[in-house]
Amino acid sequence: MNKRSFYALPSADLLPNRWDVLAILLVVGLIMLFAWAGSHMTLPFHLGQQPKITLDPSALPLYALQTVVRMFIALALSFVFTFVVATAAAKSARAGKIIIPLIDILQSVPILGYLSITVTGFIALFPGSMLGPACAAIFAVFVSQVWNMTLSFYQSLTTIPGELHEATQVYQLSPWQRFWRLEVPFAMPGLLWNAMMSMSGGWFFIVAAEAISVANQNIMLPGIGSYIALAIDHKDLVAITYAIIAMLVVILLYDQVFFRPLIAWSSKFRLTDMPDDSAESWLLTLLQRTRILQHVGDAIGQVADSIVNTPLLRRRKAPPPTQHLMADAPPSLLSNVLWYCLLIVCLGISIRLIWHFIYRQLPISDTWHVILLGAYTGIRVFVLIVLCSVIWVPVGIWVGMRPKVAQKIQPLAQFIASFPANLFFPLAVFVMVMWHLNFEIWCAPLMILGTQWYILFNVIAGASGIPKEIKLAAQNMQLHGWLKWKRFLLPSIFPYYVTGAITAAGGAWNASIVAEIINWGHHTLIAQGLGSYITLNTTQGHFAKIALGVVVMCLWVIVINLLVWRPLYKHAQNRYGV
Amino acid sequence: MQALLDIQNISKSFKTQDGQGLKVIDNVNFTMQEGEIVALLGKSGSGKSTLLRIIAGLIAPSDGQVMYRNQKVNAPVPGISMVFQSFALMPWLTVLENVELGLEAQGIPRKIRREQALKAIDMIGMDGFENAYPKELSGGMRQRVGFARALVIKPDVLLMDEPFSALDVLTAENLRNDLMEIWQETEQDSMKGILFVTHNIEEAVLVADRILVFGSNPGFIRGELKVELPTERNTQDPAFQKLIDEVYRLMTSSEDQRRRSKKTETKAIGLDYRLPDVRVAELIGLLEQVDELQELGPVDLPDLAEEVRLDIDNLFPVLEACSILGLAKVDQGDITMTAKARALLEADITKKKELIAKQLIKHIPLAKYIVDTLHDRSAERASEERFHKVLEEYFTEDEAERVLTTMIDWGRYAELFAYDYDTGLLSLEDVA
Repeated sequence: MNKRSFYALPSADLLPNRWDVLAILLVVGLIMLFAWAGSHMTLPFHLGQQPKITLDPSALPLYALQTVVRMFIALALSFVFTFVVATAAAKSARAGKIIIPLIDILQSVPILGYLSITVTGFIALFPGSMLGPACAAIFAVFVSQVWNMTLSFYQSLTTIPGELHEATQVYQLSPWQRFWRLEVPFAMPGLLWNAMMSMSGGWFFIVAAEAISVANQNIMLPGIGSYIALAIDHKDLVAITYAIIAMLVVILLYDQVFFRPLIAWSSKFRLTDMPDDSAESWLLTLLQRTRILQHVGDAIGQVADSIVNTPLLRRRKAPPPTQHLMADAPPSLLSNVLWYCLLIVCLGISIRLIWHFIYRQLPISDTWHVILLGAYTGIRVFVLIVLCSVIWVPVGIWVGMRPKVAQKIQPLAQFIASFPANLFFPLAVFVMVMWHLNFEIWCAPLMILGTQWYILFNVIAGASGIPKEIKLAAQNMQLHGWLKWKRFLLPSIFPYYVTGAITAAGGAWNASIVAEIINWGHHTLIAQGLGSYITLNTTQGHFAKIALGVVVMCLWVIVINLLVWRPLYKHAQNRYGV
Repeated sequence: MQALLDIQNISKSFKTQDGQGLKVIDNVNFTMQEGEIVALLGKSGSGKSTLLRIIAGLIAPSDGQVMYRNQKVNAPVPGISMVFQSFALMPWLTVLENVELGLEAQGIPRKIRREQALKAIDMIGMDGFENAYPKELSGGMRQRVGFARALVIKPDVLLMDEPFSALDVLTAENLRNDLMEIWQETEQDSMKGILFVTHNIEEAVLVADRILVFGSNPGFIRGELKVELPTERNTQDPAFQKLIDEVYRLMTSSEDQRRRSKKTETKAIGLDYRLPDVRVAELIGLLEQVDELQELGPVDLPDLAEEVRLDIDNLFPVLEACSILGLAKVDQGDITMTAKARALLEADITKKKELIAKQLIKHIPLAKYIVDTLHDRSAERASEERFHKVLEEYFTEDEAERVLTTMIDWGRYAELFAYDYDTGLLSLEDVA
């Protein structure tokens, strides 16, 4: 599996096994639980005095800074979660069996769905303070990156070369030392790549999460997201332009000062000796050559050293039996019984909650209606993926076949992909209102606006990876026209294309929650679909309906993954994988 | 002298699908004395590397025990260090940091471990490269770091798993000589014995004081050979050549005797036979070579190995395939072609395929089983999973996959059946 893919597909099997089914039930139960808790909160809630947001451009740097701080808190939390959960899943076969399918399902839940359903809970945790909404926004960014990172780390942990692992055992490293000397470094390139890519996607969600309407109350956290929301309320095109410029600067800094240096630095952890030209950063080179910073680096090394080798966590005289030896001994009967009891209790609660919601709270006709709305959104996603493919596949191939152009375009495409497309929504609405366009149709391009780039840069990556000799052979045989596309170009980029399309489709489902319903001053444009259903019910505070909407969207995504993307992905790997 | 290592009745089975267990090591016993260098010689898949890992405490044996200085080994022991085939260096650590790793684990303070590591790096001839990353180094240099890492913790016993097999001939020889020098210097104070695994006969005779020849399926010690040569050994020495001949004899002859004595019913092989990993072209290529050399009677295996430039890992599977298909007799270090093989060499391509098909059906139960199954089906088709399942009763999943892939390759060549990659179906259609 390509480490640099954005969207992880861990299980290769086409049919869900019993653990997947269990995971679906548990996740649905969890969503219902949140909704149930949310519906029991006192409404309307009290936030105390909300800070006033101004459209004064001089306030923008401070807003941007606050947004960035939220992003980094979420990133730090994601790392902690990843280290703990993925390690647990990799070390205990029993835990891994349920954790991995669970995460697989959790990443199919729409990100803004998490936000809709948890925001009241967070507000209740910190009554009368803006800390609640802030936590909710951070949580939304957290869930947009953590599943990817956990799966990536888990995958690395399970693919550590056997001899490296044996070496750490022969040389008596303690589990703690092994974690920092072998496991984390080995996973670093994949983990950082995933974290950085997810963080790119995170800008979209933080912008959406900073200004949210819950239960007929508008909450605005100081940040770029609420600045733009206010600008929309005031129909202020100039302020929107300021916000876009501020965001561009933030993302440019993020890209050059954070993302590129880290990726370049992480290339030292790669196992292969192949140089990777994409992994270069002027800033990192500068830092590494600065004398003072070298001393700083040494000091950090000393500190890291004393943490890794802390006597507390060093191997004791009598070493505990090793992994291999333990693998032969089955876990004790008692712990088995306890484990399965725990699972059964969780399952029971989930089923009880699902029952309660589907049959008590809502008429069954609602469920059918919501499934139908999901179909509308699904059709939009499908049509747009096809249209974008028709446009971007040839462009991507053209670019990818020209290494010099690709080198310039590729970072640009990644940069554009990380720009939160929802900043452009107001401009689009302005145009639609002016020209009286049908929003049912024209909301679709908005859904794909931010994620189409994944198709482009995956195809570019694929086309630039075509072996030179195959290119020469194709030229030598004078392949041209349709034959060249059918036998040479399309098959060689197909696995990359599928990865890109999966990511784009996943992103489009997520975006539907903000793209199918848009405000412009007093105008509200609504398109029939699952996204607008979730948003409308969030605004009105119908928790049962939010839960239903989120669950149905999650199930649609899972079913489409199962029926379309997984088979395609598997076929691509088998037939066209190099 | 004290027994350094005592290997007692070691057996090892890996789990298969039906829980029966695939035996890879069968009742191995030997002891290693202080001051000895012992070689475990055998072809790949004979379980010798697994045995080495059991001795290192990395894998638990299914039966028996390993005693290290009268202490039972059930986890890695501080006195035993190991050198790996693929070097197993951490790519993100510099040479110095890699060598320090074992000292770090012992909790030696940063300053002292740095000193000791630098000394070890110096001893192995790598000074000047302390700050290099492994990816900057050539294979030979990397393995030097592997040695420095193993030696810096002052091991009592050094285990080596094919330490030179990833290196080219010249580099391997250079490193081997340096290691022998270090051995002679340190034998007195710290390192008391070396146990290494190899598939290179010459290497075993060059380095070891004693060679344990390993047989496969499942792995067992087929024979033992004392090397009573001076420390400075010369490959051209007649005594050296005699030992090499002796090793080949051991590797080819005693197996049949042992098999016969052990289980009398093993005249015919069954579905549980592990097809050697050999392509038909290799088989015919080898026979052609034997044919050229054969004018003076049976061909000596060392001569053949020299001629075809194959080490035993590559040579022995082909020999096994020849003999199982009734194309050659391999015994006492010699190979003789049968009349069938002669007919095969003289035939044209179509005829060759027919002959191979006939031998496959006659000698390989799996081939016959597949063809019979396909005949019984009304559509004359069956999925590969079906046969995979059958093989999984005898083998681990990976081994079943390998055996089936080899069988499909042979079957396609001989046009016994056809196979479609996309659908995974075996069928009799398209077979001329």
